[in-house]
Amino acid sequence: MKKLFSYPDSLKKARFSYCPGCGHGIVHRLLAEVIDEFKIREKTIGIAPVGCAVFAYHYWNFDVTEAAHGRPPAVATGIKRVLPDRIVFTYQGDGDLASIGAAEILHAANRGENITVIFINNAIYGMTGGQMAPTTLIGQKTWTSPGGRKAELSGYPMKISEALGQLDGVHYIERVAVNNPENVLKAKKAIKKAFKNQIANKGFSLVEVLSMCPVGWAVTSVEALRWIEEKLIPVYPLGVIRDKSKST
Amino acid sequence: MFEELIIAGYGGQGIMFCGTLLAHLAMEEGLNVTFFPSYGAEMRGGTANCRVVISREEIGSPMVKNPSSLIIFNKPSLIKFSGQLKEKGLLIINSSLVEEEIVKEGIEVIRVPVTQIAQKLGNDKVANMVALGVYIRQKGIVSLESAIKGLESILLLKDKEEKKNLIEINREALKSGFNY
Amino acid sequence: MKKRILIRGNDAIGEGAIQSGCMAYFGYPITPQNELTAYMAKIMPKIGGVFIQAESEIAAINMVFGASLTGVRTMTSSSSPGISLKQEGISYMAACQLPGVIVNVQRGGPGLGNIAGSQGDYFQATRGGGHGDYRTIVLAPYSVQEMFDLTCLSFELADKYRSPVMVLSDGVVGQMLEPIHKDDKNVERKIKDKDWILDGCKGREPRMVRSLLLGEEELEKYNWELNNKYKRIKEQEIRAELYNVEDAEIVIIAYGIAARMGKQAVKEARRQGLKIGMIRPITLWPFPEQIVGNIAQKVNSILVIEMSLGQMIEDVKLAVEGKTKVHFYGRPGGSVLEVEEILDKLREISN
Repeated sequence: MKKLFSYPDSLKKARFSYCPGCGHGIVHRLLAEVIDEFKIREKTIGIAPVGCAVFAYHYWNFDVTEAAHGRPPAVATGIKRVLPDRIVFTYQGDGDLASIGAAEILHAANRGENITVIFINNAIYGMTGGQMAPTTLIGQKTWTSPGGRKAELSGYPMKISEALGQLDGVHYIERVAVNNPENVLKAKKAIKKAFKNQIANKGFSLVEVLSMCPVGWAVTSVEALRWIEEKLIPVYPLGVIRDKSKST
Repeated sequence: MFEELIIAGYGGQGIMFCGTLLAHLAMEEGLNVTFFPSYGAEMRGGTANCRVVISREEIGSPMVKNPSSLIIFNKPSLIKFSGQLKEKGLLIINSSLVEEEIVKEGIEVIRVPVTQIAQKLGNDKVANMVALGVYIRQKGIVSLESAIKGLESILLLKDKEEKKNLIEINREALKSGFNY
Repeated sequence: MKKRILIRGNDAIGEGAIQSGCMAYFGYPITPQNELTAYMAKIMPKIGGVFIQAESEIAAINMVFGASLTGVRTMTSSSSPGISLKQEGISYMAACQLPGVIVNVQRGGPGLGNIAGSQGDYFQATRGGGHGDYRTIVLAPYSVQEMFDLTCLSFELADKYRSPVMVLSDGVVGQMLEPIHKDDKNVERKIKDKDWILDGCKGREPRMVRSLLLGEEELEKYNWELNNKYKRIKEQEIRAELYNVEDAEIVIIAYGIAARMGKQAVKEARRQGLKIGMIRPITLWPFPEQIVGNIAQKVNSILVIEMSLGQMIEDVKLAVEGKTKVHFYGRPGGSVLEVEEILDKLREISN
């Protein structure tokens, strides 16, 4: 009998400590499946961020380190340049990647570092209690934008993937979501492509994942799925933002 | 022996090379030596100076305050440094660019038109070597032969072909200064 | 026989790093250490190493963090303002027990300050500098020869103790040229088989290198472990040069560039009949407390000289424990100490 579904080798047999309805667990699982499918678990080094995924090493069953807030792309650069035949990826939230680590991601992308970046955009700082992120929507109420985000005070939702997509060093950027099964399958495909690119030495690949944070958004888990569809995707449209292999 | 020298002029006059070569020559003689350059906001045509200390003993500060010798390539440097020269000190002046007569008791002043001499040799950039030739003769730290050998070995280190062509004219400049 | 070569202080650090098997260097431009970055840019590709001009000092130290995780010898360098930016990364390296060498070619501060050699970063270097309860080994070269030698030593100590090590130099020693002796060794450049590195979990259990320890008393326990390491370093790695201290009535204490002026002052004072000696700490952390404490019992007084408003003097006072008077002479802001000024101070003290 053919086995169709099993627990990924790249995940430890640990329970996720994420809140109910959170998207991190789904993305962890997708990552693990992709790493298993490429049989690269034993040559992969993951870099966990500061944020809710800071404990990713409790779940990922391969070598993992934890970088200072925003610095995973620099740490990944150090590792990958010394060990170019290993698979190196960063896993970063919107605060980590688009705010405190804006310089690091911009320059790693511009250098065309041959790494894979998984960028979780849930439009909020989850771990510290729900503050405004650079990706927070206009009018979105957070702990630090109690009256809703105002553009004149805090600027606009940052479309960092589009910004990074302008850089010649970037090979591939796609924005996906994990709010329904169809989108989850597309997300897996994108993640798979981002790792395949690295294996083939194509250069910098980033997958932005629109992910649920029901607690941070003060909605139920089911409402959070709809919130992505109705609020987040109109501002952050899904799809390929840059793909060098298509343009040549 | 204990020698504290300041070499000063415009950026581009070969001040740093002059000091570095002297430091190299002193090292080859088995002496202790330090070379300290002026450095900073980079600017072509600005002032440049370097300080060289040569001693048989271990050297303390490389920052020369009151030099026993001065090699001056332009007027601003003369104004800046001539007052700091020690008694009985040696002052070599590039008379091609500095018209001022220095009147100060107890120092030895040698005026040499090093830029003109260099131009006659075919390149005013070797004015620095002319001045170094004068200095070496006055101080006797190294022989002319050792100086030429040192110059050649340093220029050969710079493995560009055009540098090799520079050896000849630099050697002649050193000699001209030494025999001036 | 050892070669004698004329070399700039900054370049000598680069050469020491190459001779020590450094395989990855990450830097960012800042005066007065630019020659070192340029040296590494030139040499690293030739030996198959990694050179990156990072987007910031913050990125550079985090690249060092990443390279160190793989087990290679790695380094970054900067000058005072840039070293402030690196403190975050140094704290993380100390926490994760990652070896690496950080060079500070000090310039005048605070703020943007100036680009002259200075000793204003002693507190920052010896107190850990970044956040949290940690120490970094700090070595202070006072000659171009020591720029080379102590860089080599810093890589050894970094590996031996799995710790960041700082070479605390300054703009004067960084910019000056001096002859040095150096051996050209056969350099071992392969990644050493260390049991903590991250290089993929083939044939072993996955590893994690991290610094977040939220469990009850987990972090306290870890801090005590680190403290044991710091104790071992204190027991084994203290280095200082003693100069004419045997019969000295006054002892100068100075490190780095200030010790050159100090030594010259000792010589001059002895010619004038004053019994002066000098202690030159080479390791600033661990500080040679016992050496200073023992000599303090035998002398009339101590004169600390620094190119700062007085920072090391606090370590001296802790070591002296009131056994003798501790005087200070210093100049901040990148101004150079003059031997005459030191002699004046010595005369003032001895009267």
